[in-house]
Amino acid sequence: MSQLFPYPLLIIFLIIMWLLLTSFSLGQIIVGTVIALVAAQGMAALQPAKPRLKRWDLLLKLIGIVLYDIARSNIAVTRIILQGNKRKRKSGFMTIPLNLRDPIGLTILAVIITSTPGTAWLGYNFAQGTLLLHVFDLVDEAVWLDLIKNRYEYFLLEIFE
Amino acid sequence: MNHVADFPLWMAWFVAAFLIIGAGLTLIGSFGLYRLRSFYDRIHAPTLGTSWGTAAIVLASIIYFSVLQSRPVFHEILIGIFVTITTPVTFMLLGRAALYRDRSEKNPEVPAMDSPKSILDELKLMDKPESVYLESGERE
Repeated sequence: MSQLFPYPLLIIFLIIMWLLLTSFSLGQIIVGTVIALVAAQGMAALQPAKPRLKRWDLLLKLIGIVLYDIARSNIAVTRIILQGNKRKRKSGFMTIPLNLRDPIGLTILAVIITSTPGTAWLGYNFAQGTLLLHVFDLVDEAVWLDLIKNRYEYFLLEIFE
Repeated sequence: MNHVADFPLWMAWFVAAFLIIGAGLTLIGSFGLYRLRSFYDRIHAPTLGTSWGTAAIVLASIIYFSVLQSRPVFHEILIGIFVTITTPVTFMLLGRAALYRDRSEKNPEVPAMDSPKSILDELKLMDKPESVYLESGERE
């Protein structure tokens, strides 16, 4: 069973994607299912680490929080760009020690940090578990440290570890 | 309902508002890319266009075509998902390339390279000596 359907969620998402891109009909469902099964076999051949989601409810909450934060930082960065050089602004690098080690958790953190205007992920040191960030408006390092550690990493640790 | 003339006015305001927000954010992001001075500042500006810039235009499109075709239209969500998943790849590639260049030029404004000690630690982590012993049976 798991040989034939190695990634059930991936298969379901691929079928939904195929139906959204084409149309809802029996023929498209068959074609979409075949494509999804072949793609899942290809994915299994890569042997990636299987994600172990522990808390679905928290994942939804995290998505909500991130959408809100992205909207807020959109406004903040827009304001800074439109103000030009009138306001004193300091941007800079900062290093954040992370407790999160799960590769998929780190991937999601990277997507969150990169999608949020104002923060950019520049590097992750596997040996020391530290993350190198560039922050656009680095007024107070503690605020950003608190945001990454207590807001995002807290949820990702709960979800994956 | 297949004609634009039948489109309800209050809905049109919604669609127009989302389009203007999305297009405006993308424009401001591009302007920031042009105006800002340092490379690391500049990589922040286009994320306006890839976050809510895209999201607002996608929402406007979903509302417009859902009303016009009298059925829910969702395939724009795929655009949003793909943009969100793929942009970090480009941004991290650009950021890391710039960091690598600045470090090799010994630019004092960027943080220094990781110490050699950390690379040794990394090798140690990859080795996992305990599990190797157990597998070869020398410990048992």
